[in-house]
Amino acid sequence: MIVRQVSPWSLGWSAPTTGVAEMRREMERLMERLTGGVADGGAAGVFPPMNVSQDGDHYYVRALVPGIDASQLEVSVVNQTVTLSGTRQPLQEQGASYHRKERMEGPFRRSVTVPAAFDGARVEAKYVDGILTLTLPKPEAAKPRRVSIQSA
Amino acid sequence: MATDKTQLLQTRDGRDVPATEATRPGVLLTPPVDIFEDADAITVLADMPGVRPGSLNIDLHEGVLTITGHVDAREPEGEMPVFQEYQAATFQRSFALSEAIDQDAIQATLRLGVLRLRLPKAERAKPRQITIKTE
Repeated sequence: MIVRQVSPWSLGWSAPTTGVAEMRREMERLMERLTGGVADGGAAGVFPPMNVSQDGDHYYVRALVPGIDASQLEVSVVNQTVTLSGTRQPLQEQGASYHRKERMEGPFRRSVTVPAAFDGARVEAKYVDGILTLTLPKPEAAKPRRVSIQSA
Repeated sequence: MATDKTQLLQTRDGRDVPATEATRPGVLLTPPVDIFEDADAITVLADMPGVRPGSLNIDLHEGVLTITGHVDAREPEGEMPVFQEYQAATFQRSFALSEAIDQDAIQATLRLGVLRLRLPKAERAKPRQITIKTE
Protein backbone atom coordinates (compact mmCIF):
# COMPACT_ATOMS: atom_id res chain seq x y z
CA MET A 1 0.00 0.00 0.00
CA ILE A 2 1.25 3.40 -0.88
CA VAL A 3 0.43 6.26 1.40
CA ARG A 4 1.16 9.72 0.15
CA GLN A 5 1.38 12.45 2.68
CA VAL A 6 0.51 15.89 1.61
CA SER A 7 2.36 18.01 4.05
CA PRO A 8 0.54 21.07 5.24
CA TRP A 9 3.94 22.70 5.64
CA SER A 10 5.06 22.40 2.06
CA LEU A 11 3.92 25.89 1.24
CA GLY A 12 5.92 27.48 3.99
CA TRP A 13 8.96 26.16 5.82
CA SER A 14 10.05 22.84 4.47
CA ALA A 15 12.72 20.26 4.78
CA PRO A 16 15.80 20.91 2.65
CA THR A 17 15.06 17.88 0.49
CA THR A 18 11.62 19.13 -0.49
CA GLY A 19 13.07 21.45 -3.08
CA VAL A 20 15.01 18.61 -4.66
CA ALA A 21 11.93 16.41 -4.83
CA GLU A 22 9.93 19.22 -6.35
CA MET A 23 12.64 19.80 -8.94
CA ARG A 24 12.67 16.14 -9.84
CA ARG A 25 8.91 16.11 -10.28
CA GLU A 26 9.13 19.16 -12.48
CA MET A 27 11.82 17.43 -14.56
CA GLU A 28 9.69 14.31 -14.92
CA ARG A 29 6.76 16.40 -16.01
CA LEU A 30 8.92 18.07 -18.61
CA MET A 31 10.28 14.78 -19.94
CA GLU A 32 6.79 13.38 -20.15
CA ARG A 33 5.69 16.32 -22.18
CA LEU A 34 8.55 15.72 -24.60
CA THR A 35 8.32 11.99 -25.02
CA GLY A 36 4.73 11.17 -24.14
CA GLY A 37 4.30 8.80 -21.25
CA VAL A 38 2.15 5.77 -20.66
CA ALA A 39 -0.95 6.77 -18.75
CA ASP A 40 -0.37 4.57 -15.78
CA GLY A 41 0.10 7.28 -13.23
CA GLY A 42 3.04 9.10 -11.80
CA ALA A 43 5.00 6.12 -10.64
CA ALA A 44 5.09 2.74 -12.30
CA GLY A 45 2.72 0.28 -10.73
CA VAL A 46 0.84 2.82 -8.67
CA PHE A 47 -2.85 2.36 -9.25
CA PRO A 48 -4.97 4.36 -9.38
CA PRO A 49 -3.35 7.71 -10.10
CA MET A 50 -4.91 10.41 -7.95
CA ASN A 51 -5.13 14.17 -7.95
CA VAL A 52 -6.00 16.34 -4.99
CA SER A 53 -7.17 19.91 -5.34
CA GLN A 54 -9.00 22.41 -3.23
CA ASP A 55 -11.10 25.51 -3.33
CA GLY A 56 -12.38 27.66 -0.49
CA ASP A 57 -14.93 25.18 0.79
CA HIS A 58 -13.82 21.74 -0.30
CA TYR A 59 -11.02 19.36 -1.02
CA TYR A 60 -11.43 17.30 -4.16
CA VAL A 61 -9.84 13.90 -4.56
CA ARG A 62 -9.97 12.41 -8.04
CA ALA A 63 -8.85 8.96 -9.05
CA LEU A 64 -8.59 7.34 -12.46
CA VAL A 65 -10.29 3.99 -12.04
CA PRO A 66 -11.59 3.05 -15.49
CA GLY A 67 -13.72 0.00 -16.04
CA ILE A 68 -14.73 -0.67 -12.46
CA ASP A 69 -18.36 -0.80 -11.46
CA ALA A 70 -19.21 1.68 -8.73
CA SER A 71 -20.30 -1.24 -6.54
CA GLN A 72 -16.74 -2.58 -6.63
CA LEU A 73 -15.27 0.61 -5.21
CA GLU A 74 -14.97 1.33 -1.53
CA VAL A 75 -14.13 4.65 0.04
CA SER A 76 -13.41 5.09 3.71
CA VAL A 77 -12.33 8.14 5.65
CA VAL A 78 -10.42 8.36 8.91
CA ASN A 79 -9.36 11.75 10.24
CA GLN A 80 -7.52 13.42 7.38
CA THR A 81 -7.05 10.29 5.33
CA VAL A 82 -9.16 8.98 2.50
CA THR A 83 -8.70 5.37 1.48
CA LEU A 84 -9.88 4.05 -1.83
CA SER A 85 -9.95 0.34 -2.41
CA GLY A 86 -11.53 -2.04 -4.83
CA THR A 87 -10.97 -4.83 -7.24
CA ARG A 88 -10.66 -4.74 -10.93
CA GLN A 89 -12.12 -8.02 -12.09
CA PRO A 90 -10.02 -9.89 -14.58
CA LEU A 91 -11.89 -10.73 -17.74
CA GLN A 92 -12.60 -14.38 -18.19
CA GLU A 93 -12.61 -14.85 -21.89
CA GLN A 94 -13.11 -18.42 -22.95
CA GLY A 95 -10.61 -19.69 -25.45
CA ALA A 96 -8.94 -16.34 -25.97
CA SER A 97 -5.23 -16.00 -26.34
CA TYR A 98 -3.62 -12.79 -25.22
CA HIS A 99 -1.37 -10.66 -27.35
CA ARG A 100 -0.95 -7.92 -24.77
CA LYS A 101 -1.98 -7.41 -21.20
CA GLU A 102 -1.06 -3.97 -19.99
CA ARG A 103 -4.16 -2.96 -18.05
CA MET A 104 -3.91 -3.34 -14.33
CA GLU A 105 -6.20 -5.88 -12.71
CA GLY A 106 -6.83 -7.34 -9.30
CA PRO A 107 -7.27 -5.68 -5.92
CA PHE A 108 -5.89 -2.24 -5.18
CA ARG A 109 -5.82 0.11 -2.24
CA ARG A 110 -4.54 3.64 -1.88
CA SER A 111 -4.67 6.29 0.77
CA VAL A 112 -4.32 10.01 0.50
CA THR A 113 -3.92 12.41 3.37
CA VAL A 114 -5.26 15.88 2.78
CA PRO A 115 -3.71 18.93 4.49
CA ALA A 116 -6.49 19.55 7.01
CA ALA A 117 -9.39 17.79 8.62
CA PHE A 118 -12.68 17.51 6.76
CA ASP A 119 -16.20 16.55 7.60
CA GLY A 120 -16.19 12.81 6.98
CA ALA A 121 -19.94 12.47 7.30
CA ARG A 122 -20.58 14.75 4.35
CA VAL A 123 -18.13 13.33 1.85
CA GLU A 124 -19.70 12.90 -1.57
CA ALA A 125 -18.53 10.47 -4.21
CA LYS A 126 -19.29 10.55 -7.89
CA TYR A 127 -18.14 8.14 -10.57
CA VAL A 128 -18.30 9.30 -14.17
CA ASP A 129 -16.48 7.93 -17.24
CA GLY A 130 -13.99 6.02 -15.14
CA ILE A 131 -13.07 8.95 -12.90
CA LEU A 132 -14.04 8.90 -9.24
CA THR A 133 -14.46 12.33 -7.68
CA LEU A 134 -14.68 12.71 -3.92
CA THR A 135 -15.80 16.03 -2.51
CA LEU A 136 -14.63 16.61 1.05
CA PRO A 137 -16.21 19.60 2.79
CA LYS A 138 -13.79 21.65 4.85
CA PRO A 139 -14.76 22.40 8.42
CA GLU A 140 -15.47 26.05 9.21
CA ALA A 141 -12.07 26.47 10.82
CA ALA A 142 -10.23 25.43 7.65
CA LYS A 143 -12.10 27.77 5.34
CA PRO A 144 -10.37 30.93 4.31
CA ARG A 145 -11.74 33.93 6.09
CA ARG A 146 -11.23 37.54 5.35
CA VAL A 147 -10.05 39.44 8.38
CA SER A 148 -10.85 43.06 8.39
CA ILE A 149 -8.12 45.32 9.64
CA GLN A 150 -9.09 48.24 11.76
CA SER A 151 -6.96 51.29 11.68
CA ALA A 152 -6.82 53.35 14.78
CA MET B 1 0.63 -19.99 -26.40
CA ALA B 2 2.66 -17.80 -28.68
CA THR B 3 2.15 -20.11 -31.61
CA ASP B 4 -1.63 -19.60 -31.43
CA LYS B 5 -1.30 -15.98 -32.24
CA THR B 6 -1.74 -14.66 -35.68
CA GLN B 7 -0.30 -11.51 -37.10
CA LEU B 8 -3.61 -9.87 -37.79
CA LEU B 9 -2.90 -6.90 -35.64
CA GLN B 10 0.25 -5.20 -34.61
CA THR B 11 0.57 -2.51 -32.06
CA ARG B 12 2.38 0.54 -33.15
CA ASP B 13 3.80 2.25 -30.18
CA GLY B 14 4.79 5.84 -29.87
CA ARG B 15 7.53 6.69 -32.28
CA ASP B 16 6.83 3.98 -34.83
CA VAL B 17 3.79 5.82 -36.04
CA PRO B 18 4.66 8.42 -38.61
CA ALA B 19 3.11 11.84 -38.60
CA THR B 20 1.43 11.83 -35.24
CA GLU B 21 1.90 15.43 -34.33
CA ALA B 22 -0.10 16.65 -31.42
CA THR B 23 -2.75 18.99 -32.71
CA ARG B 24 -3.86 20.01 -29.26
CA PRO B 25 -1.87 21.40 -26.42
CA GLY B 26 -1.22 19.08 -23.54
CA VAL B 27 0.23 15.68 -23.00
CA LEU B 28 -0.18 12.80 -25.42
CA LEU B 29 -0.58 9.58 -23.50
CA THR B 30 -0.47 5.99 -24.61
CA PRO B 31 -3.42 4.18 -23.07
CA PRO B 32 -2.63 0.75 -21.64
CA VAL B 33 -4.34 -1.95 -23.69
CA ASP B 34 -5.30 -5.59 -23.48
CA ILE B 35 -5.45 -7.40 -26.78
CA PHE B 36 -6.85 -10.86 -27.06
CA GLU B 37 -7.98 -13.09 -29.83
CA ASP B 38 -10.58 -15.78 -30.12
CA ALA B 39 -11.79 -17.77 -33.10
CA ASP B 40 -13.96 -14.98 -34.52
CA ALA B 41 -12.37 -11.72 -33.57
CA ILE B 42 -9.61 -9.75 -31.99
CA THR B 43 -10.66 -7.60 -29.07
CA VAL B 44 -8.81 -4.50 -27.89
CA LEU B 45 -9.53 -2.99 -24.50
CA ALA B 46 -8.05 0.43 -23.79
CA ASP B 47 -8.18 2.40 -20.56
CA MET B 48 -9.18 5.95 -21.38
CA PRO B 49 -10.64 7.43 -18.21
CA GLY B 50 -12.52 10.68 -18.65
CA VAL B 51 -13.09 10.23 -22.37
CA ARG B 52 -16.68 10.65 -23.48
CA PRO B 53 -18.09 9.17 -26.70
CA GLY B 54 -18.23 12.64 -28.22
CA SER B 55 -14.51 13.23 -27.76
CA LEU B 56 -13.41 9.80 -28.95
CA ASN B 57 -12.22 9.43 -32.49
CA ILE B 58 -11.58 6.11 -34.18
CA ASP B 59 -9.88 6.40 -37.49
CA LEU B 60 -9.04 3.71 -40.00
CA HIS B 61 -6.73 4.79 -42.75
CA GLU B 62 -4.61 2.59 -44.99
CA GLY B 63 -4.77 -0.31 -42.61
CA VAL B 64 -3.79 1.70 -39.55
CA LEU B 65 -6.40 1.98 -36.86
CA THR B 66 -5.89 4.98 -34.61
CA ILE B 67 -7.87 5.69 -31.47
CA THR B 68 -7.75 9.19 -30.06
CA GLY B 69 -9.60 10.41 -27.00
CA HIS B 70 -9.53 13.87 -25.53
CA VAL B 71 -10.17 14.41 -21.86
CA ASP B 72 -11.91 17.69 -21.25
CA ALA B 73 -12.42 17.05 -17.56
CA ARG B 74 -10.00 19.63 -16.30
CA GLU B 75 -10.36 20.92 -12.82
CA PRO B 76 -13.13 23.49 -12.60
CA GLU B 77 -12.31 27.17 -12.25
CA GLY B 78 -11.24 28.21 -8.79
CA GLU B 79 -9.70 24.90 -7.78
CA MET B 80 -6.05 24.89 -6.82
CA PRO B 81 -4.09 21.66 -7.20
CA VAL B 82 -2.69 20.25 -3.96
CA PHE B 83 -0.87 17.44 -5.68
CA GLN B 84 -1.13 15.92 -9.10
CA GLU B 85 -0.29 12.50 -10.40
CA TYR B 86 -2.05 12.84 -13.73
CA GLN B 87 -3.16 15.66 -15.93
CA ALA B 88 -5.81 16.23 -18.53
CA ALA B 89 -4.46 14.77 -21.70
CA THR B 90 -5.09 13.20 -25.04
CA PHE B 91 -4.94 9.43 -25.32
CA GLN B 92 -3.71 8.08 -28.59
CA ARG B 93 -2.62 4.73 -29.92
CA SER B 94 -2.34 3.14 -33.31
CA PHE B 95 -2.58 -0.42 -34.53
CA ALA B 96 -1.68 -1.85 -37.90
CA LEU B 97 -4.43 -4.15 -39.11
CA SER B 98 -3.90 -6.95 -41.53
CA GLU B 99 -6.25 -7.34 -44.44
CA ALA B 100 -7.70 -10.39 -42.78
CA ILE B 101 -9.75 -8.15 -40.48
CA ASP B 102 -13.25 -7.39 -41.68
CA GLN B 103 -12.73 -3.66 -41.52
CA ASP B 104 -16.37 -2.78 -42.17
CA ALA B 105 -17.59 -4.76 -39.18
CA ILE B 106 -15.42 -3.19 -36.47
CA GLN B 107 -17.44 -2.39 -33.36
CA ALA B 108 -16.54 0.07 -30.63
CA THR B 109 -18.14 0.57 -27.23
CA LEU B 110 -17.09 2.96 -24.51
CA ARG B 111 -18.11 2.22 -20.95
CA LEU B 112 -16.77 3.57 -17.67
CA GLY B 113 -13.73 4.97 -19.38
CA VAL B 114 -12.78 1.73 -21.12
CA LEU B 115 -12.91 1.43 -24.88
CA ARG B 116 -13.71 -2.00 -26.26
CA LEU B 117 -12.94 -2.55 -29.90
CA ARG B 118 -14.02 -5.72 -31.58
CA LEU B 119 -12.23 -6.48 -34.81
CA PRO B 120 -13.93 -9.42 -36.51
CA LYS B 121 -11.81 -11.66 -38.64
CA ALA B 122 -12.66 -11.92 -42.26
CA GLU B 123 -14.11 -15.28 -43.25
CA ARG B 124 -10.92 -16.58 -44.80
CA ALA B 125 -8.88 -15.85 -41.70
CA LYS B 126 -10.96 -17.99 -39.35
CA PRO B 127 -9.57 -21.32 -38.35
CA ARG B 128 -11.34 -24.12 -40.10
CA GLN B 129 -11.69 -27.63 -38.93
CA ILE B 130 -11.20 -30.08 -41.68
CA THR B 131 -12.77 -33.42 -41.15
CA ILE B 132 -10.94 -36.32 -42.54
CA LYS B 133 -13.01 -39.01 -44.06
CA THR B 134 -11.91 -42.54 -43.94
CA GLU B 135 -12.93 -44.94 -46.57
